[in-house]
Amino acid sequence: MKILVCISHVPDTTSKINFTDGDTKFDTNGVQFVINPNDEFGLTRAMWFKEKQGATVHVVNVGGAETEPTLRKALAIGADEAIRVNTAATDGFSVAKQLANVAKEGGYDLVIGGRESIDYNGGMVPGMVAKLIGANFVNTCISLEVEGDKATAIREIDGGKETLKTSLPLVIGGQKGLVEESDLRIPNMRGIMQARTKPLNVKEPVDANAETNTVSFEKPAPKGAVKLVDNVDELVNLLHNEAKVI
Amino acid sequence: MSVLVYTESEEGKIKKIALEAVSYAKGIADQMGTSVTAVTINTNDASELGKYGASKVLQVSNDKLNKFNGEAYADVIGQAAKNEGAQVIVLTSSANSKFLAPTLAVNLDAGYVANVTALPESTSPLKVKHSVFTNKAFATTEIKTDIKIIGLGKNSYGLKEDETSASTEAFSPNLDAHDFDMEIVSVDKATDKVTIADAEIVVSGGRGLKGPENWGMVEELAQTLGAATACSKPVSDMGWRPHSEHVGQTGKPVASNLYIAIGISGAIQHLAGINASKVKVVINNDPEAPFFKAADYGIVGDAFEIVPKLTEKLKEFKAQNA
Repeated sequence: MKILVCISHVPDTTSKINFTDGDTKFDTNGVQFVINPNDEFGLTRAMWFKEKQGATVHVVNVGGAETEPTLRKALAIGADEAIRVNTAATDGFSVAKQLANVAKEGGYDLVIGGRESIDYNGGMVPGMVAKLIGANFVNTCISLEVEGDKATAIREIDGGKETLKTSLPLVIGGQKGLVEESDLRIPNMRGIMQARTKPLNVKEPVDANAETNTVSFEKPAPKGAVKLVDNVDELVNLLHNEAKVI
Repeated sequence: MSVLVYTESEEGKIKKIALEAVSYAKGIADQMGTSVTAVTINTNDASELGKYGASKVLQVSNDKLNKFNGEAYADVIGQAAKNEGAQVIVLTSSANSKFLAPTLAVNLDAGYVANVTALPESTSPLKVKHSVFTNKAFATTEIKTDIKIIGLGKNSYGLKEDETSASTEAFSPNLDAHDFDMEIVSVDKATDKVTIADAEIVVSGGRGLKGPENWGMVEELAQTLGAATACSKPVSDMGWRPHSEHVGQTGKPVASNLYIAIGISGAIQHLAGINASKVKVVINNDPEAPFFKAADYGIVGDAFEIVPKLTEKLKEFKAQNA
């Protein structure tokens, strides 16, 4: 089985979010970038397929050279090969088109993406890739087993879960549950050394027009101070008469 | 020309978030000088849709569509959009809408923006505001394609009544075999519990509760309020509560009217996940807990004393206001 894991290069979850250039660009100053957490759960599941079922695992990112340390980290975790599509990630559709091209050319059986990236939260890339390459698609995937060309997936739905049977080629939008938090791997020295010599192929982009264009950013209005109360009677009174939520 | 809204139902009943989506669609239709068409799948009673501004309802009835199927549902909505010459399609942020939206976008060559929080600031070109960085910021994005798909963030627009006389038509889309390549083996859903996605009120517990055996009082408070229960990331990582209750940046987002955090210190990732909630209450014995900076109301004190008292008080309150 050939697996392609799509890796988004995102600010660490603790990052302070600021903008520059008249609020038109994300300020990367002092921001540490990581593998998108939803993608990392998928990558870790891919490692399981590699170790238990002999799968080959490639990772891919659409972005400039600054995203390579994130791909190297994925190689250090255990991916066999990395691909970087050398173009800025502008919108969900154009990124999906680049990824679909890589997925098609590489003949992957399984493409693993994250439910959403934690920066732009669009949650559209895996579903678009699936449609563009004509593969089956399972979103918010919390469990995946593959047997031959058959797959059994569980997806999270509002208020529960649903078990699905489908076949390869398959694209998933993964999240926590595919593996547990405690299964995530911190690259060891051997992995880091090996990652330096594993292939990281830079691929030129195909034509793909962005369908959307972000024109500006803003931060939420500053919040007023908390109202501290010292008893529950007062709290219930405020929630009813002031906040009007009960 | 019209604005098409997909109005989701559950067990034949239109969901509240779908009515919010109709209200929003009506808002856009007014801006554009056009009208709202709603498309529903296997809904028993669509009469409510007119109340929020739909002037036409396309009712699809097909047993093959009894269970959600991303491919087939996207096909239905896409064909309805073409039928109506829709320029804008409004979806919600439910798990199912987010599942089908990218498929629909590719089918129609339509640009899609998710987590939209307000009516467009302009409709030509169409520019909408949406939350990004898990509610730590907002972006304004232009959709450049002819057909535009808007995924409305939950609880960001509200229900707005706008009585319109709605005509209802049966709509029979063409479905092909490929639409059913996936088989749903089982659905496991607690029907007696309020889900985080639908809840108006969410009661959430953190590590301050010391162990899973202490969740009884959280559940009782939630039950009193008709609320969903949730938890912080460490609590789900330690296995005290299921992952499905984890709210935060890598868990579920919460956009309820009221969010009550008990024994949660308020890590930045947690606060991001619940930021879209309207009113936040924190109960914590540590006055330095970062959550107090993000909350509207707070009580500094021992949750084990306060929560049962709060539940009692709310029961009294409910009895008086029933």
